[in-house]
This record gives sequence, C-alpha cells and structure tokens, in this order.
Amino acid sequence: MNRNRKDIIIESLTGISVLLIIFIIISILAITIKGGWPNLSWKFLVEFPKDGMTKGGIFPAIVGTALMTLIMTIAAVPFGVTTAIYLSEYAKENSVFAKTIRFAVKTLAVVPSIIFGLFGLGFFIGFIGQNMDKIFNGGVLKWGQPSILWASLTMALLTLPVVIVSVEEAIRTIPVEMREASLALGATKWQTIRRVVLPGSLTGILTGTILAISRGAGEVAPILFTGAAYYLADLPHSLSDQFMSLGYHIYIMSTQSANVDATLPIQFATTLVLLLLTFSLNAIAVILRYRIRKKAK
Amino acid sequence: MIHRVLKQKRAAGSNEPEKISFAGKKFRFSDWFAERLIKVVAFMSIAIVALIFIFVFRETFPVFRMDAVRTVESANLVPERYGEEAVNPGNSIASSTEIPASRSDIKVSKPSSTLLSTDWMPVSDNPRYGLIPLFFGTLKVTIIALLFAAPIAILAAIYTSMFAKPRIREIIKPAIELLAGFPSVVIGFFALMVLATVFQDIFGYASRLNAFVGGFAMSLAAIPVIYTITEDALTAVPKTYIEASLGLGASRRQTAFQVVLPAAAPGIFAAVILGLGRIFGETMIALMATGNAALTSMNPFESVRTLSATIGAEMAEVVFGDTHYSVLFLIGSLLFIFTFALNAISEFYIKNLVIRKYQSKK
Repeated sequence: MNRNRKDIIIESLTGISVLLIIFIIISILAITIKGGWPNLSWKFLVEFPKDGMTKGGIFPAIVGTALMTLIMTIAAVPFGVTTAIYLSEYAKENSVFAKTIRFAVKTLAVVPSIIFGLFGLGFFIGFIGQNMDKIFNGGVLKWGQPSILWASLTMALLTLPVVIVSVEEAIRTIPVEMREASLALGATKWQTIRRVVLPGSLTGILTGTILAISRGAGEVAPILFTGAAYYLADLPHSLSDQFMSLGYHIYIMSTQSANVDATLPIQFATTLVLLLLTFSLNAIAVILRYRIRKKAK
Repeated sequence: MIHRVLKQKRAAGSNEPEKISFAGKKFRFSDWFAERLIKVVAFMSIAIVALIFIFVFRETFPVFRMDAVRTVESANLVPERYGEEAVNPGNSIASSTEIPASRSDIKVSKPSSTLLSTDWMPVSDNPRYGLIPLFFGTLKVTIIALLFAAPIAILAAIYTSMFAKPRIREIIKPAIELLAGFPSVVIGFFALMVLATVFQDIFGYASRLNAFVGGFAMSLAAIPVIYTITEDALTAVPKTYIEASLGLGASRRQTAFQVVLPAAAPGIFAAVILGLGRIFGETMIALMATGNAALTSMNPFESVRTLSATIGAEMAEVVFGDTHYSVLFLIGSLLFIFTFALNAISEFYIKNLVIRKYQSKK
C-alpha cells in the first residue's frame, strides 16, 4: 500500500471519529427533543405534579433546583473568588502553602461526586446538623436530617474548583502594567485588588458562577441522600425542608416509576428542560470566556 | 505622602533613623487584614479536603470494630437460593434435599470477614458484604468504557489539532466540549431509553441493562475529558518538531503519528488517567444503565453493580449508623483513596516526564 493511500485511510479514520462523536451528540439532542417537545408547555412548567406523578407539571422540581443552586452559589462564589485572588495575587510560586492549595483544589476537582454526598451525610448532617439539634432544639430532629441547606452546601463544595479555575484564569488576563500603574500611583496591594483587579475580572467571575450553576443543576449524585426527594406535597418553606430537583426527578421516574406509559412523556419533557437549562448556561459561559480571551490578546 | 514623611522626620527632630512608613496607618491595617483573611479563606480548600478525609473515614470504623457475631437460631436460617429450584408440591421446603445436613455450618459471620467474599447481600438474615463483585463490576464497566472512549477521543483530537482547517477546528472543539456539558443523568437516561434497546436489537442478549450498555454510556461521559486534554497536549508540541518532520519529507499523517503523538505522550497519558478517574466515580450512568445486579461473570452482556452505584442506590435506605451504613462509607473511602492516588500520580509523575522531556531538548 503506498503512502498516499495509507495517509488517506488513516486521516479519514480520525475524521470519522470526530463525526461519530458529533453524531452521538446530535442523536441525544434529537431524541430528547422529539420525545419531550410535544409535552413541553407553559402549563408543564408551572403546574404541580398530579395523580402520583403521572400527570401535571414539574414546577416544584424547577423551583427546588433553582433554590438549591441559589444557595450553592451564595456559598461557593465568595470562597472561590477569594481563593482565586490568593492564588494569582498573593501566592509566591514556590511556596509550599500555595502548592498545597493548588493540589487541594485539583483533588476536589477529581473526587467522584458521590463522595461529596457521603461527606454531606457524614459531616453536615451527621456532625453539624445533629449537634445543632442538640444545642438549639434540645434533641428534636430538625437539622440532623437531609435538607435543602445541606444539599446546597454539599454542591457548593463540588463546584468550588470550577469557580476557582475560571476566576483565576480571568484575573491572569489583566495585564501586569495595569497593576503596576496602580501601585505606582500610590495604591496599596489591597486597594489595587479591590479597584483594578476585581472589576477587571468581573466577566471571569460571572463565567465561573454560570459554569458552577450549570454543574450544580445537572449533578444528582451529591443530593441523592442529602436532601432531594421525589414525592413532596409542597415547596420547601425553610432551609431544613427537603426539595425536589430536576435531575433527581428524571432518575427516579425513569428507574422506579410504576406506570411507565403515563410517565414516559413527562420523563422526556423533564430531561429536555434540564438539557435546555444546562445548554444555555454553558453557551453563555462559552461566549463570555471567548470575550475574555479576545480581550487578553 | 512624601511630605508626611518629611514632616514626621522634622517633628521628631533627631537624626535617629526612624522607621518610615509610606502609607497612613489606616490603610495599612486594611491591607494587612485583607491579606490575612484571604490567606485563611484559601486555606479552607485544604481544610475541606482534610475534612472529607476525616469524616468519610470516620464512618467506616464500626465495620472493623464490630465483632459481634449475631447468633441466630440455626433452625430458622435458610440459605438463599436463586434460579431454578424445583420445589416439589406437597413437600415443605424444610424437607427438600437442598438444606445441608449440618445446620450449625450456617452462622452469621463478622462483617469485616465477609468483605472479601463474592456475595454482596447486605439485606438478608445473614448479611454478607462481599466487595469482590462490586470491584469486578466496576472493572468491567471501566474497561469497556475506556476501550471505546480512549481511541475515539484520541483520534478525534489528532484530527482536530493536526488535520483540520483552523475554521473547522473552531467549530469542532466547542461542539465536542458541548458533550461535556450534558449532565450524567441525561446520558444515563439516553442509555436507559435508547441505547439499551438499540444494542439489544444488534447483539440479542438477555439482560437489557448490562455492563456493555453502561460502559458505552460512560465512554460518552469520558470522551470530552480525554479529547480536551489530548488536544491541548497535541497543540503544545513545538511547531519546530512538525516543521522538521515535514521538511524531511514525511507526510502529515506520518508526522502526526510518529512525531507529534510520541512527543505528546505524557499529556495523552494524563488525559486517559483523568478519563479513567471520571469513569470510576461516575454514579448516575451506572445506576441507570448497568442493571444493578452484583454478579461476577466475564460476559460483558450481563448486569453488573459498580462501587459508586452501590453507594448511590443503598445509602438512602440504610439505618444511620449500622453495619450496612459503615460498609457503604468504606466503599466510599476506597473510591476516594483510589481517585486521590490517581490524581497524585498524574500530578507528580506526569509533570516529571514532561519536564524531563522538554528540558533535555535545546
């Protein structure tokens, strides 16, 4: 076989791999849209489920996911931004402290999501929650059980690395000259951070937040036993209530539903809602990141 | 500010070298405070990892402490049997010939001694916590997933970085990273609803949800990870290598596979390791597509149970603090140790490989 033919065959093979991946992506999208679009309506999004989940809408799941990601963002973003500021502004490159922090962040990024769930159960619920009950409630079980608060905090730990990496990337695109100019004008390091670095990296902070929200809305494993529930009559009223979530809803409905014929359209529609949600969030984040990189050039 | 300093010196009226501060005291405090606070918050990430270590491991201690041998009346204990069992009508089970002669052989054993057995049966009168079928299931699914994911992702990365026109590259890269944005529930749902049926039509096996379907679905989750890092590694190879190779008359394909690929080998290795870690810890896809039966067999078309799926499926239903609960935490600790070790190896070993490789080139 002469070289040209070998070239063509092997190069086509690599091209086919790309096409294969894109084909799979399109299939997942197409099948989800085909199965879910007919059932997607405004009513579906604002109604409560009826008749044992066989009819009605997914409003509580949407609200639950939204609330959970809100609390998660409030918990994760300040921590993430602060750590990113440390890593890019204060850390000396060879210090053991900085290297350990980077290693810790990388570790958090690769730990399986279910381990965070175990940690939430063992630490937030089993340690903090139960001790809170002992101190504040005199032993009555309120905080020592799965709730939206603990699930959100667990998710916050999961998405922390995402925020840190995005913000650090954005801070690093601020040119050194701007920092030097600020210091030359007499500003202190902290003033420089507050008035030059932070405002300049706002887009990056936004990107990190959006990516974290997208990840938080999609992950189910950490909330499996730290707060998500399937059959809830009402929306969560307080931080110690359980909540419904889109991802958890899909999981339970597709694996444990008693009446598959009735729930199948709802399953597809819920999956479509979750997919559209994460999709649009990721798309916005990608556009923002593209803008940041263009600015850096 | 210089005026303030000069005024201070003049006011002091002496020639002693005074400590000159170039900022007012007020500003210095907030600077000092901000720096301290930021350092403390950054330290929290280390604290979190340490806490995870502590609290996940803490819940596993009961497994090893529990040496209470639950003595159950042997007469009431009947070993479970699955599969074909001819129960003759009219005969009670007690009189069937399948019960072993010596009843005293059947006793409840210490939980930690059952960890290496091949039965995962935590919910029974004689609970056995054999981890072997779970490890086996995880291994099966991981191997199948990597077998699909690694070649496809690496080949796709080679195409994107070496053969594609720049404008097409701008489209392909984000498109594949889109796959990374699919939540694993969605991929699991897709596998459960569509892939399982499709593969059953093609291969014609008995269990609709098995290691093959689960493994294939997991590869979908791992492909974006391996692809992105491999593509970065390939584009990081110095252009001089490529130009030298082409200058010597090699074709594009030969350059890609015999020059660039070996040069990017540490990065590609790291990518596969990362994909491996992702697959190992993936829970939702395993829960939805692998069949969830703790069987040990070499057949890829049989249902399996992975380690993370076991935790996910059973944790919601255990009693807080009992043996089953602790064994599930033990599984979690093993998963944590494994991914931690994988990450440490890839961090230190790969970095050394890359540094040595590029340091020796002039």
